[in-house]
Amino acid sequence: MTTKEATFTYTLRLGDDALILGHRLSELCSKAPFIEEDLALTNIALDMIGRAQAMLSHAAELEGKGKTADDLAYRRPEINYYNHLITEQPNGDFAHTIVRQLYLSAFEFLFYCELEKSKDETLAAIAKKASKEVQYHWQHAMDWTIRLGDGTGESKRRMQIALYELWMYTGELFEMDAVDETLIKAGIAVDLTSLKTQWLNLIKNTVTEATLLMPDDTYMQSGSRKGIHSEHLGHILSELQYLQRAYPDAIW
Amino acid sequence: MHNEHSDSNFQSRIDKGEHIEARDYMPENYRKHLIRQMSQHAHSEVIGMQPEGNWITRAPSLRSKQILLAKIQDEGGHGLYLYSAAETLGISRQELIQSLHSGKAKYSNIFNYPALNWADIGAIGWLVDGAAIVNQVSLQRTSYGPYSRAMVRICKEESFHQRQGYEIMAKMMKGTKDQQAMAQDAMNRWWWPSLMMFGPHDTDSPRSSDAVKWRIKRETNDELRQKFIDKTIPQAELIGLKVPDDKIKLDEKTGHYKIGEINWEEFQRVVAGHGPCNKQRLDHHKLYFNQGAWVREAAEAYKQKHLKQEMQTI
Repeated sequence: MTTKEATFTYTLRLGDDALILGHRLSELCSKAPFIEEDLALTNIALDMIGRAQAMLSHAAELEGKGKTADDLAYRRPEINYYNHLITEQPNGDFAHTIVRQLYLSAFEFLFYCELEKSKDETLAAIAKKASKEVQYHWQHAMDWTIRLGDGTGESKRRMQIALYELWMYTGELFEMDAVDETLIKAGIAVDLTSLKTQWLNLIKNTVTEATLLMPDDTYMQSGSRKGIHSEHLGHILSELQYLQRAYPDAIW
Repeated sequence: MHNEHSDSNFQSRIDKGEHIEARDYMPENYRKHLIRQMSQHAHSEVIGMQPEGNWITRAPSLRSKQILLAKIQDEGGHGLYLYSAAETLGISRQELIQSLHSGKAKYSNIFNYPALNWADIGAIGWLVDGAAIVNQVSLQRTSYGPYSRAMVRICKEESFHQRQGYEIMAKMMKGTKDQQAMAQDAMNRWWWPSLMMFGPHDTDSPRSSDAVKWRIKRETNDELRQKFIDKTIPQAELIGLKVPDDKIKLDEKTGHYKIGEINWEEFQRVVAGHGPCNKQRLDHHKLYFNQGAWVREAAEAYKQKHLKQEMQTI
């Protein structure tokens, strides 16, 4: 594996995380508990799709096969998508949406700060923009976690369930393989081992302030980095890819 | 001398072109008319998020997805300014939403039509927002200050929406046969309902006269509709779209297009609640509003709890 090939895969993974989470958040348009929150959620969705476009454009360039970001976003088979399993999980109730955001944005908050130092200039530039956005996403998730955890009996119960149910998808965030190892040596990728403790602290502090309980350690789901997903991704893609697949010659 | 709180003083301020502000005296019917109109306008922005939201997850490119997301966010933002502007008249958001759910408050009829193919997103931007702009440009000079200022902000964003809608249509008309067919299909379905957005003919519009006298409304339904028709027909022709009306004719003398008869029976039917999506749109709003109740209650409980704690520490 050359550095360039590894960077391609690495960038594709980051692009897919943004694309699929952006898709899930887009589904919430006109469905939030009140209009201000509708705007907040679609705003995060918009940041995600913007980041997906930047990452996938960079991936397409690295691949060097004349493809565009749209080709990568819309024309791959399911097994060639590498987004983390947590990004494709259904929105569920508002508590699930918020907990998914909590786990992920805490991770991305730490991750993108580190990626700003990447020796790949494009990745560093995308990271710089992303880390500003993610700061807001993290704040948003944290505020809601505290308010709902320490709100009513019902909101506490729902938050606690969501914290437990999504926990098994968090282990994957810190997995690394040969792609990461190659790129850590080259100063391009972020070493995730050092982020794990910081992430756990961020989550613990927030969960405690929210008067909620941390989930017990459990079996962690895995597979997305090899293209093995939950059943949800296929449905996301059949919607996402619909027009591009049905009218392959059309330019939109 | 005029009494500051008299209807004749109020009318003379209107006639001089002054803005009426929230704390100024206003006749009760003026207030009622504004609440009705502004809440209808706010609800339209919010309900309008549904047909467009229907296509975000299927938008055919990353660029078009971002544009659509940004546009829908703008619409939600407009709903928000308008709710706030309506609140200056002494009605709460909760009451406004209750009136929507009970059917007492209306929203624009146009959103009771479905968005069936991607070109509908183009047609909504170009025709629906295009028709809305004609109305809103006129409302920038409306007599109620908060409403007028909300309109100034809204108009800036709406003209961007109209351009992006037209861009989608133009792109599809330059595309494959399938894309052209989708664009024409969207045109066929959205043209007449867009013309109905301006409301009944002036001769059949019961509330127009007061609204004109109070300068809430600055131009009549038919005047605004004609502006839209004159602006839009050449745009359609430019990209090869056929306007679905065999009676269209340019009157050389006046420079205005004449059109065939609008199907007012359809208009009345949709207003009465029997359009293709009336039930769906309202049910959707109620469903998610009700599903969100526990979140709003929790946020309120948290606020009260922490307010109490702060009071105790003081």
